[in-house]
Amino acid sequence: MPLNWTERYQHLAASARDSRLREFYQAGMVAANTPIAEAPLIAVDFETTGMDAQTHGILSIAMIPMTLQRIELHAAKQWIVRPHDPLTESSVVIHGITHGDIAQAADITDYLEEILKFAAGRTWVVHYRGIERPFLQQTLLNRIGESIEFPVIDTMQIEAQLRRKPLTAWQRLLQRTNLKQYPQPSIRLGDSRQRYRLPYYPPHDALTDTLACAELLQAQIAHHYSPDTPIGQLWY
Amino acid sequence: MHAEQTEILHFLERFAPFNMLPREELEVVATSISVGYVRAEQTVLEYNQTIDDLHIIRSGEVEVLHKTGELYNRLTEGGYFGEFGLLRKGRVRYPVRTLEDTLLYYLPRDVFTRLFDEYDDFAEAVEVEEHRRVQFAVKQDQPKHDLLSETIDTLISRETVTIDASNTIREAAELMTNEEVSSLLIMDGERSLPVGIITDKDLRKRVLAVGRSDQESVHTIMSSDLVFVQYNQRIFEAMLLMLRTNLHHLPVLKKGQLLGVIALSDVVRHESKSSLFVVSSIFKQNSIEELQTLKADVQASFVRMVNEDANSRMIGASMASIGRSFKQRLLELAEAKLGPPPVPYCFIALGSMARDEQAIVTDQDNALILDDSYQPSLHDEYFVELAQYVTDGLDACGYPYCSGGIMATNPEWRQPLSKWREYFTDWIETPTPERLLHSNIFFDLDAIWGEKHFADELNQLIQKSAPRHKRFLASMAKNAVQRTPPLGFFKDFVMEKDGKQNNSINMKRRGTAPLVDLVRVHALSIGSTQRNTFARLEDIIEANILPHGRGPDLRDAYELIAMVRIRQQARAIAAGEEPDNNIHPDQLSDFERKTLKDAFQILSHAQKYLRFRYSIH
Repeated sequence: MPLNWTERYQHLAASARDSRLREFYQAGMVAANTPIAEAPLIAVDFETTGMDAQTHGILSIAMIPMTLQRIELHAAKQWIVRPHDPLTESSVVIHGITHGDIAQAADITDYLEEILKFAAGRTWVVHYRGIERPFLQQTLLNRIGESIEFPVIDTMQIEAQLRRKPLTAWQRLLQRTNLKQYPQPSIRLGDSRQRYRLPYYPPHDALTDTLACAELLQAQIAHHYSPDTPIGQLWY
Repeated sequence: MHAEQTEILHFLERFAPFNMLPREELEVVATSISVGYVRAEQTVLEYNQTIDDLHIIRSGEVEVLHKTGELYNRLTEGGYFGEFGLLRKGRVRYPVRTLEDTLLYYLPRDVFTRLFDEYDDFAEAVEVEEHRRVQFAVKQDQPKHDLLSETIDTLISRETVTIDASNTIREAAELMTNEEVSSLLIMDGERSLPVGIITDKDLRKRVLAVGRSDQESVHTIMSSDLVFVQYNQRIFEAMLLMLRTNLHHLPVLKKGQLLGVIALSDVVRHESKSSLFVVSSIFKQNSIEELQTLKADVQASFVRMVNEDANSRMIGASMASIGRSFKQRLLELAEAKLGPPPVPYCFIALGSMARDEQAIVTDQDNALILDDSYQPSLHDEYFVELAQYVTDGLDACGYPYCSGGIMATNPEWRQPLSKWREYFTDWIETPTPERLLHSNIFFDLDAIWGEKHFADELNQLIQKSAPRHKRFLASMAKNAVQRTPPLGFFKDFVMEKDGKQNNSINMKRRGTAPLVDLVRVHALSIGSTQRNTFARLEDIIEANILPHGRGPDLRDAYELIAMVRIRQQARAIAAGEEPDNNIHPDQLSDFERKTLKDAFQILSHAQKYLRFRYSIH
């Protein structure tokens, strides 16, 4: 991924064919040396029918605009969309989104303009970057024949770097051969939050998960970085 | 698509004042919130910074501080802060720091103030729990306090007792006795309005003392300088009128007809009610910890009285009744904890509380009078514990330990009645100024709890023997002139008599205390039964022992000095500072400086006169 997102956006704004994407890029992106405290951010959480962007679909999108100081929960938005993948029973149980909800929901392309306008100019904040960006990229490829790019800050990755020491080759060998285990601290959202004395939130509500992730980023920066940390050190 | 804030909603509905709101309002609140994380030991709000949100603690812990950095409050999950600034001028009054990592929910000012205005329950809940001081800030928008809004007719509880001017003095006295009234309005035949008034005092001064016959007509002794008030005037106006005219009784008219009479004592009693809400909550608390939480309420009622121009006598009486209630409740709790007392006892207050002129900055002075059946080996353990509990409790509630050790925990001041008689007899009959220097305070003594007659006995002993012992009075007088007032003010300095200049003056040590001491000596010399300085002055004026006009001058000087001190303390409290007795001249208006200088001069003259009277050189 390019670290100079400002230039990358300029380039993409020129080459994008879809007008909604063009506008998204034209909103621009801050320079990599911008202090994190001054960068517009947006916390995002997708609920999906599975883990694989190639075969599963997006069920819901929750977004909360934020900065390092304030999470603007009052401005939060949430969309339920119809996945292109037939809804599996298990995901229904987890997300509390029923077939009825889905049947009434519109296709993501109906909301695309609104969603992209809302997120434009902001760096995404997610817990595990393997979901939101790949799912949106795959979905857009399938629907409008064009992918999308934007910078993402991954609170799980930050936590992994802070908490997990890489194993030596010898340790990896011992662990792989089941001779010895090197347990690592959990970097799941709930467990990570506990370390910062953030309150317990029940999982699997899209908006609550988004808020949980946004708060975690604020706590991580407060404890381990500084408001002056360049955003380029944190994004992917 | 707007999002549902279920998590926030669930949180808010667990805590006051939000749980007072209807569901649909709570949803509005939940969707107005923004969120922020603050690490432990960081400043959240600085003094005087602008503030736009109510801060609600989702998790963590914070300290709310006074401007001076002193702790005001600690808050945790569900607590909120910043409301004072929001309701006031949008400026932070109480700085806040985090103690632990804290997650805050921010509720925008406009939503908060709208809820505050629209929902009485919500507003009330915001004001409860040590938040009462908000009331002063928003006073302008709220209904005024009783004394300002209540009208004179509410004080009239009985039909007026009148007598025709043609009746004799004796008939008037009989009527007053039968009707149990202390004043009588005098009517003149067909005229609908009274032409004069007589009081108990007139019967004493104008009849008995001068040997007038009780068969003379009542109109020969009546005061005809009546000042009428209207039934719908404010009680406050009546009070001011009484102070200005020095009339203690005012006839009240309604539509030109006589409705009744109000006396100064009615007004004072009425005002002391305003502190009743504090007093009543004192008796609802069940531990020292709970009592402690009322400290802010006490300060609040003090500031309120000052803001509403109550005089020092009213404020002093109210503060004393609050202080007394703390002691009484603590003794109730102590007895509940320790069991009934092994022998009867009387817990007494000394000094300002006994004089009904307590300030907001005051230490505790108390003692125990035990029944003469008391045996130290059997009973002292109980009273040691009782005294410890009460003095610790008082200290926790804002009445610090007495630095001079005048407390019931001191074995010297925890003695049977017979021993106390010995103390007083000894002080009065074989006095030296040195020995009396620290026992001054015992001559203002009042029962708080238990066997009130123990205290009465001691007071009677004082009244009976003090006037007869000139050396005692001379020793007290000598002590009373030790502390002197300053000369006045120069620029922003306090001018001393020797030309020295100081930056501040202790208004208690240099003003109210020497004046109280001086009045006490005169009161003791005439065997006055009064303890309040104003009441003592009334007796002194009546006894005619001061040069003409000096008594009323002293009364005015006392009121002035006391009020400057009180107002300064109220200002400090309202600004979130710790009140004390010091005044800096630059805090005074020109008018205050000028009148204070006059008051100091009156005190200085009165001290000179005391020296002269008791031949002190």
